[in-house]
Amino acid sequence: MISDALPTGERTHQLLTMRARPTPASAPSAVATLGWRAMLKIKHVPFQLFDVTVMPIMFTLLFTFIFGGALAGTPREYVQYLLPGVLVQTIVFITVYTGMGLNADIQKGLYDRFRSLPMWQPSPLFGALAGDVFRYSVASVLIIVMGLILGFRPQGGVVGVLLATALVLTFGFALSWLWIIVGMLVRTPESVMTTSFIFLMPLTFASDIFVDLSTMPGWLQTIVGRNPVTYLANASRNLMHGQDALADVGWVLAASAGIVLVASPIAMRLYRKER
Amino acid sequence: MPNAIETNGLVKRFGATRALDGVDLRIREASVYGLLGPNGAGKTTTIRILATLLRPDAGTATVLGHDVVREARAVRQQVSLTGQYASVDEDLTGYENLVLVARLLGLGWRAARDRAAELLEAFALTDAAGRQVQTYSGGMRRRIDIAASLVAIPRILFLDEPTTGLDPRSRNQVWELVRRIAAEGTTVLLTTQYLDEADRLAQRLAVIDHGRVIAEGTSRELKASVGANALHVRLASADQRERTLQVIERVLGNGVLPAADSMEVAARLENPAQAATILAALTEGGVEVAGFSVGNPSLDEVFLALTGRPADGEAPETKT
Repeated sequence: MISDALPTGERTHQLLTMRARPTPASAPSAVATLGWRAMLKIKHVPFQLFDVTVMPIMFTLLFTFIFGGALAGTPREYVQYLLPGVLVQTIVFITVYTGMGLNADIQKGLYDRFRSLPMWQPSPLFGALAGDVFRYSVASVLIIVMGLILGFRPQGGVVGVLLATALVLTFGFALSWLWIIVGMLVRTPESVMTTSFIFLMPLTFASDIFVDLSTMPGWLQTIVGRNPVTYLANASRNLMHGQDALADVGWVLAASAGIVLVASPIAMRLYRKER
Repeated sequence: MPNAIETNGLVKRFGATRALDGVDLRIREASVYGLLGPNGAGKTTTIRILATLLRPDAGTATVLGHDVVREARAVRQQVSLTGQYASVDEDLTGYENLVLVARLLGLGWRAARDRAAELLEAFALTDAAGRQVQTYSGGMRRRIDIAASLVAIPRILFLDEPTTGLDPRSRNQVWELVRRIAAEGTTVLLTTQYLDEADRLAQRLAVIDHGRVIAEGTSRELKASVGANALHVRLASADQRERTLQVIERVLGNGVLPAADSMEVAARLENPAQAATILAALTEGGVEVAGFSVGNPSLDEVFLALTGRPADGEAPETKT
């Protein structure tokens, strides 16, 4: 007997009988459900967490021990400077996955189903973002724990570290909107990665994540000094080490708000637009 | 009974191409309606407009009385779409996919889990419920995809090429499902390139070509428009095709239908008795016949007669 023959009879009849359709999920409920989906994806594809864990660990170890002596006297001294920056760099980089994931979902036709459901249309975007913010948080915890093991001693204490992390996550959330746009414009997840890296490489390396601004030539200082990532790295360093960070924090929040204000309406427009 | 779906002069352009060039449809409620046509004819575009995923550039479409552009949400509330590619999350299990859709449709967690479990059972997927969809076979994917469209039974179900790429057994299962769904009162609009599929499932169908409806009616009506009696001669060897055509033309005068297959010759008969004359003439002429039948023309022939080319969109075959 064929095992996957469709059952017949009264049971199937009941199943397929038309009933009143339920009232569609509210916007918050739909977003929460789609966030749950993002969690399930992490559960089924734990490799997704590989990038957010291994890359920062590798970067911190390499930079601390290879350049640490040369840049700051000892690796232990350097890690005080480097760690908040590695946090920034990691989060900024993994925001790309938001766009890649979205692109893959669209290409596979999953968004056709989502868009034909009677729910608040942008729910899938926000659900995916919720999942991404969770991933960013996991990465942040790992980086900070590893820093502590390597001798990172934040003078700002728990509050400083939490504030810095929150700030980095906020910026990451804002930046994700850019990759959502890219994710809807290009054809493959790989192109999302390539396109975004063109921006991300200079954005993270032409910053003061790894070395102090004052060690750079004047013309470069001008550029690096205007890079939002520099502001973010400065702000998180100062927050973690309990120093005045008000101006930088203000800058980062303004930049984040600016990105969201400009990018999210474009993203929504593209999302609603047909493909 | 009012029309479940009505379109008037739908036009959709993609760049310079006119995917739809004025599509008019009237589809009654509680029926299976087939959109038949080759690749690129505009079938998918039509379905995507009706499922509110695309906006028409011109013309109007109403689904259950709601305009698909202005009242998109009301339309979504009543329809489900199963696209050409499995629109489920392949990383998730079959069960999780159904719970996800159930939750998004507004069911509570418990109700969502119950519904997912009963659908998996009805679709013979209980054993695979806990496996990621990416491990499913083509037929299982199709079933989970259709199941996702039935989490809340829609008044209209859109199925875009539901059996493309399936093995014959899975295809039969999908056919059986479509019949059951329709029997329960859901209107099914399906697209297909398979003529026998449209013939088996759909009460009425529209033949679409180059973004236009070129014929509409029941499959019987469409066949009748080509000629009630069709003769099919299957040849033992392609070499004898020429000779066979000559014999048939001599008996009938004309009426030879274009055929997609070089081993076959088809012709329209004015009366079935002509078949005997042709068979006798063929035998006399030394043509080795592998098969000989008289019956309704196949939808393949309908398509050929309507468009002058085979349904797979190849260049028209020159009659010899």
